[in-house]
Amino acid sequence: MVIKTGSSAVSGVAAGPWRTAGQALVRNRPAMSALAILLLVTFACIMAPFYAHDIAHTDPFTSNVAGSFSLNGQNVDIMQPNDNPLHLGLSPAGPTWHPSAYFLGADSQGRDVAARLLYGGRNSLLISFSAALLCIGMAALVGVLSGFFGGVVDMVLSRLMDIMWAVPVYLFAISLSIVTISQGLKIGPFTVESDNLLIPIVIIALVYVPYAARPVRGRVMTLRNAEFVMAARSLGVPRWRILLVDILPNISATLVVLAPLLTALALLAESALSFLSIGVQAPAASWGTIIQDGEGLIYTRPMVAIAPGLAIVTVVLTLNILGDGLRDALDVRETSRKGS
Amino acid sequence: MLTALLRRLAQTLFVLFGISVLVFLVFFATPGADPTARIAGKNASPETMEKVRHEYGFDRPLPVQYATMMKKLFITRDLTSYVDRGEPVVPEIVMAAPVTLSLAAGGAAIWVIASVTMGTVAAAFRGTLIDRGLMILGLIGISLPVFWLGQVANLVTQARYHDTWMFSWVPGLGYIPFSESPTGWFRALIIPWIVLAVLFTGIYGRVLRADLVAASGEDFMRTARAKGLSPARVLLVHGLRTSMITFVSLFGLDFAQLIGGGALLTEVVFGLQGVGRLTYQALSNLDLPLIMASVMYSAVFVVLANAVVDVIYVFLDPRVRDA
Repeated sequence: MVIKTGSSAVSGVAAGPWRTAGQALVRNRPAMSALAILLLVTFACIMAPFYAHDIAHTDPFTSNVAGSFSLNGQNVDIMQPNDNPLHLGLSPAGPTWHPSAYFLGADSQGRDVAARLLYGGRNSLLISFSAALLCIGMAALVGVLSGFFGGVVDMVLSRLMDIMWAVPVYLFAISLSIVTISQGLKIGPFTVESDNLLIPIVIIALVYVPYAARPVRGRVMTLRNAEFVMAARSLGVPRWRILLVDILPNISATLVVLAPLLTALALLAESALSFLSIGVQAPAASWGTIIQDGEGLIYTRPMVAIAPGLAIVTVVLTLNILGDGLRDALDVRETSRKGS
Repeated sequence: MLTALLRRLAQTLFVLFGISVLVFLVFFATPGADPTARIAGKNASPETMEKVRHEYGFDRPLPVQYATMMKKLFITRDLTSYVDRGEPVVPEIVMAAPVTLSLAAGGAAIWVIASVTMGTVAAAFRGTLIDRGLMILGLIGISLPVFWLGQVANLVTQARYHDTWMFSWVPGLGYIPFSESPTGWFRALIIPWIVLAVLFTGIYGRVLRADLVAASGEDFMRTARAKGLSPARVLLVHGLRTSMITFVSLFGLDFAQLIGGGALLTEVVFGLQGVGRLTYQALSNLDLPLIMASVMYSAVFVVLANAVVDVIYVFLDPRVRDA
């Protein structure tokens, strides 16, 4: 008697879980539109030097209060007298809505806001993507160690997470940032300058570890008692092999779903830190620092603060939609909580 | 049951101790945070540095410094600021607490009402345009940076439309004590409340909808429908009640974080001198005693809320109690 195995007789190889999920995601129209917008914004930010140099012809990192630019053949001063009856004081030029010159106007130092917005986006996106990746790495490590080994390891790690959890996320991030930003960081032979982007990346990744580690730990604990793991154990498979072959592939869906959500949280945290001037350091820009620049101009030139805010909302929204889509596609239950 | 509660209490105390040690280490033992240099000024002579170090006890071993600070904070309560010399820190926190409490309580009232309405309506109209629209609104709420939303709110209510009938009632930025003028207190806080509530309304509304949808597949819901109850009654009485478990536990933690200074960005943007803003100022000046006091204050709230939520959970769900 011949027993045919698998479904090869019907339609070749059955699609794996990742492929099924991928197909489900592609069919999810909101998620795909979100992904497209996200890629578009990222691309625009990557092209920042091209925009600044070849289209707007400005240097967005040097102050230019005495300069002028030409608009429709006319020469316009960057700093203009105020609209009040006595024309007291100066305000930077407002938005021209003309891509070749001060599209979104100038900030209080006469720099092109549109160009700074693109340069700022590079830093904001770089920091939030890297922080999310780093955070997931650390959370996976913590979650797997405490979920798989249990006992003392679990107790120590869980209490540590409790301690981190008990401090409001932003307060924790702010504390770490102030200490490191004020004088840089010296660890043995390595010196990290205070304007190094690694500082906000590591800090943001660190403060969100408890948020991401908890669902991972829960998943690992369920898996540890699953029948196929029991089977592997009774067959005498070594622990490290069970970890690599049975556990890790099964938590990868949880990690993938966490990625866009954590990136969104990281972007919000980065902008908050930069807004409080303890994130990205001047003259470099991020969306948060531009909102900070715009705070003093909010009543006269609101576009300086509004534009980067809209950029943040757009990216965070698309990341959240993408996260929802991934969760539905991979069939993972709601895993993460948002910070305040 | 009693041993479980006692163990929980021991854990709570341990976490509080851990936080105090962590904060102490971050601000005393990291290379960037030598408090002597802060107090003595940037270009102080070595003699001045030495004097300051001795006067403030920074030359003593770290455990002794830690114990002294804890004693001054919790037992004698006469811990004084390093920045404003001799200014005791405990009264500063006592003064900031009502501001934060008012902000958090009002915001919480708004977000609970708004999110319960939003989640229930969305679940009742599941799969329709109303559902989708509400969920997108919630998603937008989650995606707004709170400090930016506050700025835009200020722009609208303090400048652009301040002279029109719409927002002429909004007072200037800052806090007005309830005892001074209840209506002034309300008018000063209503915009911050709404701004603070937007994010949480989004989160809670979405969580509640998901739980309601999950609950609608349960056996007891089918039983309720089968015995002929109206759909509204099934949803509001049977569904909402079970779905509130996640909601309540989330609420405990979030509310505690807000009271503990988590509303810092809202406080900064609206010029409210609450615990969060106080902590932020203490951090920017590296005023260690004030940092220690405010972080411990906030940690107490968060840790207590964690414990309370766990205990409520035990009462709500017998399975946890027996485990």
